[in-house]
Amino acid sequence: MSTLPQVNPVEPFLRSDRMPHIWCPGCGIGTTVNCFARALVESKLPLDKVAVVSGIGCTGRVAGYVHLDSFHTTHGRAIPFATGLKLANPDLHVVVYSGDGDLIAIGGNHFIHAARRNVDITVICVNNFIYGMTGGQVAPTTPVGATATTSPYGCFERPFNLPFLAESSGAVYVARWTAFHVRHIAHSMVEAFQKKGFSFIEILSPCPTLYQRRNKMGDGLDTMRFYKQHSVIKNGANTREVDINLQGEIIVGKFVDIERPTLQQTMDQQLRQTLRDRYAGWGGA
Amino acid sequence: MTLTTATPKSVLTGAHFLDGDQAACEGALAAGANFAAGYPITPSTEIVERFAWRVPTVGGIFLQMEDELASSIAIVGAAWGGAKVFTVTSGPGFSLMMEHLGYAAMTETPMVLVDVQRGGPSTGLPTLPGQADMMQARWGSHGDYEIIALCPNSPQECFNLTIDAFNLAEEYRTPVLVMMDECVGHMTEKVVIPPAEEIKLYPRRYTSLPPSEYLPFRPGPDGIPEMVKAGAGYRIHVTGLTHDEHGYPAMDWQAQKKLVSRLVKKIRDNAERIARWEEHQVEDAEVVVVAYGITSRVAQRAMQMARAEGLRVGLLRPVVAWPFPEKRLRELAARVHSFVVVEMNYGQMVYEVERCADGRTRTELLGHGGGTVHEPEEILEALREAA
Repeated sequence: MSTLPQVNPVEPFLRSDRMPHIWCPGCGIGTTVNCFARALVESKLPLDKVAVVSGIGCTGRVAGYVHLDSFHTTHGRAIPFATGLKLANPDLHVVVYSGDGDLIAIGGNHFIHAARRNVDITVICVNNFIYGMTGGQVAPTTPVGATATTSPYGCFERPFNLPFLAESSGAVYVARWTAFHVRHIAHSMVEAFQKKGFSFIEILSPCPTLYQRRNKMGDGLDTMRFYKQHSVIKNGANTREVDINLQGEIIVGKFVDIERPTLQQTMDQQLRQTLRDRYAGWGGA
Repeated sequence: MTLTTATPKSVLTGAHFLDGDQAACEGALAAGANFAAGYPITPSTEIVERFAWRVPTVGGIFLQMEDELASSIAIVGAAWGGAKVFTVTSGPGFSLMMEHLGYAAMTETPMVLVDVQRGGPSTGLPTLPGQADMMQARWGSHGDYEIIALCPNSPQECFNLTIDAFNLAEEYRTPVLVMMDECVGHMTEKVVIPPAEEIKLYPRRYTSLPPSEYLPFRPGPDGIPEMVKAGAGYRIHVTGLTHDEHGYPAMDWQAQKKLVSRLVKKIRDNAERIARWEEHQVEDAEVVVVAYGITSRVAQRAMQMARAEGLRVGLLRPVVAWPFPEKRLRELAARVHSFVVVEMNYGQMVYEVERCADGRTRTELLGHGGGTVHEPEEILEALREAA
């Protein structure tokens, strides 16, 4: 009889002393964290040099559960925090891990500017179409017609198409998966960690407590089935054409993977070119 | 803690003709600041314009961010990355930065924030002076915390106090404010920058403990925890939530009491050490003018005019506004006839003076809406009435 492993392979990546976590049964955030841990193993990043920065919200709690240098910042401001952290300490691999409300509503301005600058960070956005932690309010990602506590008669605003927003702002790597696509998520994370510049991964995730239940879409398992049946992998798809509807098909895949100098590189190049030997250089604090 | 000295490369030793904004920038550089982020706003922008021009030749980064929220959190991120950081702003930007002032207080992040005050409220008087952010400096972010705020009244002091601000930020692991005003920021005077070896710096309180023994928010004997920077192998967690010594969120009143009382006490218990003021002819004074920043210089002129008339008037200038020089004001309240508080607002620091006077002496306010400084004559008139 073979002996079963006593330790879950992702356990070394988690702060076990903080378990149990706060996420609801059926929530997809934990699934993405599992993918994240596997991606860290596969990418062989030196873990002491990986920093996770989160904002506020359910996904914002990720920073608190990973056994890495981790920063739980203010609402919407994970990206500018990460920008300062990365520039001050260029040896770090900085991963921003947060939700759609945090990154795209209150933090939307920072999102587009970090993509424009091509800050060398990876942004993982768990998109559950709703504000989960505050009780299910409408978000700038909520599909038209979906019900939320602050759109009780159905959302009437056009949501952001996140991959298109990221690409048009300047991201060098853009992918979208659902919580069903665990291997694809981990693979994209590995690619994003290795990418120099602003890499962005959107992960659609169930919020059975507040989104699916209120919209009569079943529980977490039903949502996984929905993702399986409605997702279409279209790598290289035109990001203009990957909008999400309430019930329609979900286009997933790797949409963008290009090369562009990072903020540090353009800064260094410009200063060196202009100041020549007067430039003191910057290797970090 | 053993103090270090400034790096010669970053210190512009010599006598210069600088305005207060430029001098504050030189103070930051001399203090070893190597990361600033900012958003343009009059009348503070010259500080970071100069920093953007100077720092690449010294070693460091300036990044103009998309707004004040971004600037004020980017520096917190950079501080945890190991940098010595600051940002600068004025009224409307100061309001936007309040959230991260609180975050820095809660996470005990050393940082300096320079507010070059202009007339308000709202957009107010962008290019003209005010001193109406003094209570915002003290209470502006939500929740309980103590703050340190310095108040220069000359370009030379903009240089000196900016260095002091960095040292206090490191010593107490707290955000420190430099509360300038537009006049001080834009007035040009002689500024003497000493040799680097004469500039003493308080180093970051990095721990010498190995990761297995280190807790990021366990206070030392003085109530202040040791710090690490990201990437050093400690795998710390930092949050703006109420947290325990591990840095982990702790949602109960006991954790709140333990943490927040320590944040308050680490400043409050040292208030007498941090408080600093300057006195002129207070020894025999019956009336003491209390004024700070540019207003203190106008008040000093008025004091001289009053003395020429035979009035026994003195001047007390808080150099550190927060913590307020409470003990000294209480001593004076026991013997002087009245305090006259002159400030470029309609009554802010006067409340502190009244509190210290505690009914034992009269406290009069000579307020001003900002946009220009007081006339010495109107202060003189108030002194005559108070005498």
